[in-house]
Amino acid sequence: MSDTVVGANPDPHASGDDPNRRDFIHIAAGAAAVGAVVGLAWPLIDQMNPAGDTLALSSIEVDLSKVVQGQQIVVKWRGKPLFVRYRTPKEIAEAVAGDHADLRDPQTDEARHKPGKPEWLILVGVCTHLGCVPNFGLGEYGGWLCPCHGSVYDTSGRIRKGPAPKNLAVPTYNFVSDTKIKVG
Amino acid sequence: MSGHSTYEPKTGFERWLDVRLPIIRMTYDTALNFPTPKNLNYWWTFGGILALCLGIQIVTGVILAMHYVPQVDMAFNSVERIMRDVNYGWLIRYMHANGASMFFIAVYIHMFRGLYYGSYKAPREVLWILGCIIYLLMMATAFMGYVLPWGQMSFHGAVVITNLLGALPVVGNAITTWLWGGFAVDDPTLNRFFSLHYLLPFVIAGVVALHIWALHVPGNNNPTGVNVKSEADTVPFHPYYTVKDGFAISVFLLMFGVFVFWMPNALGHTDNYIPANPLVTPQHIVPEWYFLPFYAILRAVPNKLGGVLLMFGAIAVLFVLPWIDTSKVRSMRYRPTIRLYFFIFILTCLVLGFCGAHEPADKVIPGVTTFTLGDYDLNTMVWLSRIAALYYFAYFLVITPLVGLTETPLPVPDSISEPVLSHPASGPIGTAAASKKG
Repeated sequence: MSDTVVGANPDPHASGDDPNRRDFIHIAAGAAAVGAVVGLAWPLIDQMNPAGDTLALSSIEVDLSKVVQGQQIVVKWRGKPLFVRYRTPKEIAEAVAGDHADLRDPQTDEARHKPGKPEWLILVGVCTHLGCVPNFGLGEYGGWLCPCHGSVYDTSGRIRKGPAPKNLAVPTYNFVSDTKIKVG
Repeated sequence: MSGHSTYEPKTGFERWLDVRLPIIRMTYDTALNFPTPKNLNYWWTFGGILALCLGIQIVTGVILAMHYVPQVDMAFNSVERIMRDVNYGWLIRYMHANGASMFFIAVYIHMFRGLYYGSYKAPREVLWILGCIIYLLMMATAFMGYVLPWGQMSFHGAVVITNLLGALPVVGNAITTWLWGGFAVDDPTLNRFFSLHYLLPFVIAGVVALHIWALHVPGNNNPTGVNVKSEADTVPFHPYYTVKDGFAISVFLLMFGVFVFWMPNALGHTDNYIPANPLVTPQHIVPEWYFLPFYAILRAVPNKLGGVLLMFGAIAVLFVLPWIDTSKVRSMRYRPTIRLYFFIFILTCLVLGFCGAHEPADKVIPGVTTFTLGDYDLNTMVWLSRIAALYYFAYFLVITPLVGLTETPLPVPDSISEPVLSHPASGPIGTAAASKKG
């Protein structure tokens, strides 16, 4: 190290040496700083994800005894509409017949309701296109029609026409009793 | 243009301050004595108008934030309270809401002016890109601001736009949940949108400072597109352009006033005076008018991800425009071929806006059914927007590079002064100058 230039940063590789102790300190300090910044960044990003109380409110119970056959009720679940539809035998038959149609998101009607309970269709009432709420009973398949961009769903909630890419989602749910389900 | 300073401190205080914080020198050099091309027309006044718009939005916005409550059960009512009970609240809110529209009118004129006169070309690429960044920030700010009143359009607009990101493969759902802070657009979403809506205008102000800095390095472009050759081509910014900008701002404020006082809801949507209801989507969702062309591009594509990519692509293409344009001539004043395509481009943007305001299946010519092409009848908004979207991209990606290579531009003047002097109105001197140049 030259003692004529006070405070200058000496070039450690002037003579082509391997990394020396000073290089190690630079790299270690740099790595620690980067690690600290990344470690701090994560809390700042993750704080925007659903908070504990939001997650805690994420399951509800729905009383099915109020629903009339051929109708649906709309319940709010996780801030979104939940369709609870009591299907008629005709609607179930149409849905089963649709199993062999040319489906965009192929799924049988069987896979979209609980075993032995084909009359109950529980769906997240959010169009898979851009999130609007489809209207009940409209559209050429008698299922739902989205008012925003014209996506048509059948009586199993499967996408049949329009811009939506996927079927209406089936949430995680189970029958608590014959007339009550727990969603979420 | 930048670099030399002609400021001379006059008082003892100015001399004292000048060696400590030369802020008066900076103001003098950039806002008063800045040498500006002497031929700038009224299309160049929109920079000043935009600065004023940002100022109005920040002042009215800070005031509105004093009365607004960003909470789902209270947001709508707090806005109504501003309208009915807060002193002059109606005025301040209408200025803010219409101010956003005025801001976008001005920015679109400003951008079309840049396109027409080639203001994005070397050495002003960074200036142009900073402008594109400001435009993106403006769109984000306006979108989040529109959500705050928590009406039906606010809510379902937010649902549709945040769902756009859900189209991204793999990470889409995680990103929308992260943006929402829950499983749907709800209280956490409203809170963060308010926070960001308050923050972003100051970020815009910061980028505007960079934009002006980048403007003052090469100096203003001008209607001829010819570089400033000597001091004879310029006039000091003050008083020449402070007065011209001042007049333009006065006219602009008259139009602003007409909207604020006589038709304050003309540019809004009535459904936004209905409190947000997550269980019912309005029959017809439309964004604010300044987003309609992009909304039309989004809906023109039958595939969700494809539509989203094309919509963002429509803005992304602006960023690379300086490198797409092959023409050496800046101003379209001397490019008759591209000028025609450019006017069609402006028309295309208006057509896209028109399509975006209608439902995809709506007829363009009422009552006429032609034949079904693919998924829709040919006489529908969706097909018109497909044709227009095709032209939008063709203009940038095909026409701009090809015309630049193949056209024969008109003779470009040697200097800014020459066409001014050769103008018929300037008489015999000009005629002599013009005939000399041939």
